[in-house]
Amino acid sequence: MSKYLVKRIGYLFVTIAIVSFIVFMMLFFTPGDPATLILGNMSTEEAREAMREQLGLNSPFLVQYFNFVKDLVLHQDLGTSYITQRPVLQEILEVVPNTLILSFVAIVIAVVFGVALGIISAVRQYSLIDAIVTVFAMIGISAPIFWYGLLMILLFSVQLGWFPPSGFDTPSQMFLPCLALGIQSMSMIARMTRSSMLEIIRMDFVKMARAKGQKEVWVILSHVFRNALIPVITVIGLQFGMLLCGALFLEVIFSIPGLGRLMIESIKMRDYPVVMGGVFFMSLCVTIVNLITDICYALVDPKIAKS
Amino acid sequence: MNKNKKDTKTKVTKSRGQFAIVLLSFKRNKLAMAGLIILFILFLTAIFAPFIAPYGFDTTDYDNTFQQPSAEHLFGTDEFGRDIFSRVVYGSRLSLSVGFIAVAISVVIGGTLGAIAGFYQKQIDNLIMRFMDILLAIPQFLLAISIVAVLGPGLFNLMIAVGISSIPRYARIVRATTMTIKGEEYIEAAVASGTNDTGIIFKHILPNCMAPLIVQISLGIADAILMAAGLSFIGLGIQPPAPEWGAMLSGGRNYIRGWAYMTYFPGLAIFFTTLSLNLVGDGLRDALDPKLKN
Repeated sequence: MSKYLVKRIGYLFVTIAIVSFIVFMMLFFTPGDPATLILGNMSTEEAREAMREQLGLNSPFLVQYFNFVKDLVLHQDLGTSYITQRPVLQEILEVVPNTLILSFVAIVIAVVFGVALGIISAVRQYSLIDAIVTVFAMIGISAPIFWYGLLMILLFSVQLGWFPPSGFDTPSQMFLPCLALGIQSMSMIARMTRSSMLEIIRMDFVKMARAKGQKEVWVILSHVFRNALIPVITVIGLQFGMLLCGALFLEVIFSIPGLGRLMIESIKMRDYPVVMGGVFFMSLCVTIVNLITDICYALVDPKIAKS
Repeated sequence: MNKNKKDTKTKVTKSRGQFAIVLLSFKRNKLAMAGLIILFILFLTAIFAPFIAPYGFDTTDYDNTFQQPSAEHLFGTDEFGRDIFSRVVYGSRLSLSVGFIAVAISVVIGGTLGAIAGFYQKQIDNLIMRFMDILLAIPQFLLAISIVAVLGPGLFNLMIAVGISSIPRYARIVRATTMTIKGEEYIEAAVASGTNDTGIIFKHILPNCMAPLIVQISLGIADAILMAAGLSFIGLGIQPPAPEWGAMLSGGRNYIRGWAYMTYFPGLAIFFTTLSLNLVGDGLRDALDPKLKN
């Protein structure tokens, strides 16, 4: 297990190094002159040249990349915003808690309800409840997240007046965006749980467990569900990256100051260091979640760590 | 010799039989057929948009702004008095073309790379697949956003961004399939008869990767359409006044109190399009791979 863990963590660092390279490459090849963006169109050519020199933009690509990595590793410095002149990392850290809370609550909603509905649907295959879950799951994965956000504002804020349509400070403000974000993942998890359980439920060892006279609930949870867990964990792990990206829409719709909204605003203002810092930070979060997913595999199925 | 001939004959009939089985199984799947019908209607709508839409997609009428849905304006009008039904109808052209072209870009590039990786294996495989791993390290939608951030918004850049970001999924599938069919006798026969590698890859390997690929393409177009609508919704995709469904939803957001219909119809259009593609994709998967059918 420890060998497996070391290998996975090594892989994590390789991925982070690669992402940092892509992010830097995109930053490097983005059209437009950073010095003009910072100083404005009215600035003199001398002032711009001095700014380029100060930012180190006149050095060759690899030297610039080396400096970028050095600042990142030694000083946790992702660069400086062109617009606000503040450190990118500071801008990101100010808003990222909202994004993480939003994604985390959404994934909890998605896992709890998705797994429960998937199990019920598989156990009662071809029943009315199975049909309802299957249809709703299909609807759930087909509509865009931002449409759910808008429909929820329409129903719960405009029509019923139960929840506020914006903000992210109180639990009642958090409810709608988290629910809207969770629906799609919930549907995917329910579908995967159902099909994965159905594959296991007909196997001989399940019949054996029943033949031994074990209680049905125990057979389902301990024998079927545990063995059906690997694909479900894969889907849950993949969902996190999707949810971080999906959070961006709900941050826009519900006016939540989060990482996604910061990135969109920065793209529109051509504040590329913030955009690429955001891409790097999100990829980092996703890579860490992937690592956790891999560790979960090994815990559920010890054979994986051994191979 | 005779025995061999007989064997080939049975094999041919068997493979035809399999196609018939797949077709029959797909036809029997009511949900998949429903999806296919919706998709067909959408295609007709896109092709005949100028005949179906009663108004132009950018015809403004300032005397009739914010009209609720009525016989004259089926889906109502927006803040510029533009007919929303006509805009939704014309929007099908944009969404379908973005979906199909983006997926075509990723299938052509990803499929070719995957086939090369699977066919040559060793270093070439390693090089290509590590490059795919690099693309996979960044979440797909985030990668698309980054590409749009670099290229700038617009229809063409949107197709490229969505296309590039989904290359790895097709490369992986084609690579896996290539590796399994590489050892088949008909590939050996092609090698023995002197066909060059390019010919083998494009004439023999890629056509035989179609079964798993076609399922992914169907589901992939749905994803591409959702992604394109999402990028347009946040203002990074197709720009107004083009009648893109995601951009229309973004516009309707400002008038959600009082003019909710502006939020319903473009959303429903996206929903039915992706639903139909998902149903067809699921149906194809069940038909092509009976093991997965529950």
